[in-house]
Amino acid sequence: MDDDTPPDTGQAEEDETNANENAYWRENIRLLLMLMSIWFIVSFGAGILFRDWLDQFALGGYPLGFWFAQQGSIYVFMALILYYVVKMRSLERKYDLDD
Amino acid sequence: METQTLIYIFVGLSFALYIGIAIWSRAGSTKEFYVAGGGVNPVVNGMATAADWMSAASFISMAGLIAFLGYDASVYLMGWTGGYVLLALLLAPYLRKFGQFTVPDFIGTRYYSKTARVVAVICLIFISFTYIAGQMRGVGIVFSRFLDVSIFWGVIIGMAIVFVYAVLGGMKGITYTQVAQYCVLITAYMVPAFFLSFMITGNPIPQLGLGSQVNDGSGLYVLEKLNLVLTDLGFGQYTDGSKSMIDVFCITLALMVGTAGLPHVIVRFFTVPKASDARKSAGWALLFIALLYTTAPAVGAFARINFIDTVNETSYAEAPEWFTNWESNDLIAFQDKNDDGVMQYRSGNAFEGAPVFGEGTAPSGAREVTNEPNAESENEVYVDRDIMVLANPEIGNLPGWVIALVAAGGLAAALSTAAGLLLVISASISHDLLKSTFRPNISEKGELRAARIAATAAIVVAGYLGIYPPGWVAQVVAFAFGLAAASLFPAIFMGIFTKFMNREGAIAGMVTGLAFTFGYIFYFKLANPAANVAENWLFGISPEGIGVVGMVLHFIVAIAVAKMTAKTPMDVRRLVDSIRVPRGAGDAHAH
Repeated sequence: MDDDTPPDTGQAEEDETNANENAYWRENIRLLLMLMSIWFIVSFGAGILFRDWLDQFALGGYPLGFWFAQQGSIYVFMALILYYVVKMRSLERKYDLDD
Repeated sequence: METQTLIYIFVGLSFALYIGIAIWSRAGSTKEFYVAGGGVNPVVNGMATAADWMSAASFISMAGLIAFLGYDASVYLMGWTGGYVLLALLLAPYLRKFGQFTVPDFIGTRYYSKTARVVAVICLIFISFTYIAGQMRGVGIVFSRFLDVSIFWGVIIGMAIVFVYAVLGGMKGITYTQVAQYCVLITAYMVPAFFLSFMITGNPIPQLGLGSQVNDGSGLYVLEKLNLVLTDLGFGQYTDGSKSMIDVFCITLALMVGTAGLPHVIVRFFTVPKASDARKSAGWALLFIALLYTTAPAVGAFARINFIDTVNETSYAEAPEWFTNWESNDLIAFQDKNDDGVMQYRSGNAFEGAPVFGEGTAPSGAREVTNEPNAESENEVYVDRDIMVLANPEIGNLPGWVIALVAAGGLAAALSTAAGLLLVISASISHDLLKSTFRPNISEKGELRAARIAATAAIVVAGYLGIYPPGWVAQVVAFAFGLAAASLFPAIFMGIFTKFMNREGAIAGMVTGLAFTFGYIFYFKLANPAANVAENWLFGISPEGIGVVGMVLHFIVAIAVAKMTAKTPMDVRRLVDSIRVPRGAGDAHAH
């Protein structure tokens, strides 16, 4: 992203606020698309669609596809939310929209 | 000390704790009653959400399902956790920014329509009652097995406890009791899991134990051994499923989306102070939930190994005590088909349906089963999947206090979910139907009184359903998730992420999703259960997963109708703009 965009200092004109909010929203959507793709890949991808293929590999005593379906996807879900919380905090500061 | 005495002490102490918390945290205003005043710490809320979410089904039934379904049970593990990603990323922060009290509040305001609000209330009440009947049933099972009281009195005691803290304390009382209940239930779940994992693999961490070698000197991994033993007995492999891929896919998606659309879960995120707290809180909730959900597959696998080890090829005369205990509760049965007095546990049903016990004793010494034996299977043992978690400590020969802990944990799981559900039912009646639709002039005091009366009435109905479960209760659990996925989730999602979605589109979408999903489940589960086989299903999708199709129809119909009808008013577009940015969340409106 264009990091040198000056953060909007706020109360000026409504247009400017809208532009600022729109930029924030677009960046949020991009982040969401990326995280939702990972969400889909680990659960529906690794745990279901490509499970049979992944099962030829093993993680300890776990066939890999089985591990994703019953353990791994859940760990990734937690990591996704954590990443989103941290990333959104900095995004909100950048656009001066934090609560 | 006797196990029975320990059970009374553990359960009694936990109940005293819940009541004490309720008295300490009485609700004085509607805002406290609906959203605990809107000032709950995100970690505390995460823990309360976890208890709210993990019901009798998660605590009592899930590991049993995994034990008997193997890979196929992954739909529950992914489905019931992946929904929190949807909540944290797509719904919770925006609904908190919107900042009212209930889910129908959002639908009614965003779609500027009382009709939309009432449709949302109908979805909510149906979803919540389906769910709550199961909780009361769980309370009944735990009481009748562990406390030697009948299911009737068990449910009455459970109702009385919930009454005290839900009706007095509202959301505020529920929140803090749920924190206590989470602590009880997670301890009760983890302690036996540590023991079992250590006994079977030598590694006390169940998540690692399941991937380790069995310490019987065979050098086999746990899952390898299970696969071997099960194929020997004629079952399919544990790590293979029998469901079709499209069905697994759709059920998982329906459970995920349904989870994100469940009103009693969503409403918990109205209680934190800020929009960003709602995100954090969803993360904490998933962490607390994942602790149990990543343990459950291990518990399930260990339980299956232990069960086969202790039951198969054991003569009934030498059956362990837990076996006969559960047999006298009708949840286990032995039908000696080959008259050798030894229990053969094989694939297939021993007989059709649930056991019907006669008065007498069979020659083997077991309770007489009058069902027609299933000639096609050599299996002689009937076992209800729901007993696995509750029986686990006994099957594994764990000390009495662990058994007592599990009894208290099962009750905590059922009561915490029941209370959360009762609250959203009562709030939707007193707030959405009375205050916002039919009697807008009602005073704050009057609304609070109405909320308490509605909660009381809901408890009585739930208790009745628990004591006299209509045959359809177990059959329609799929309703709750499918309906939430097909009706509430798309309407909320489009309300946040689009501005063009209007009143007409939302109502048409909700009604379509609801009607289609309801119709499909009704046809296969109630009207014509004989037809409920894969060949007759639409695209091979079972009623459990059909919410996904309902959801897709909802999106298509809603968008098509919205494109053909009037644009959304300017103030609604501004409302959407304002919920998208976190700044200025402030307090939940106390109107």
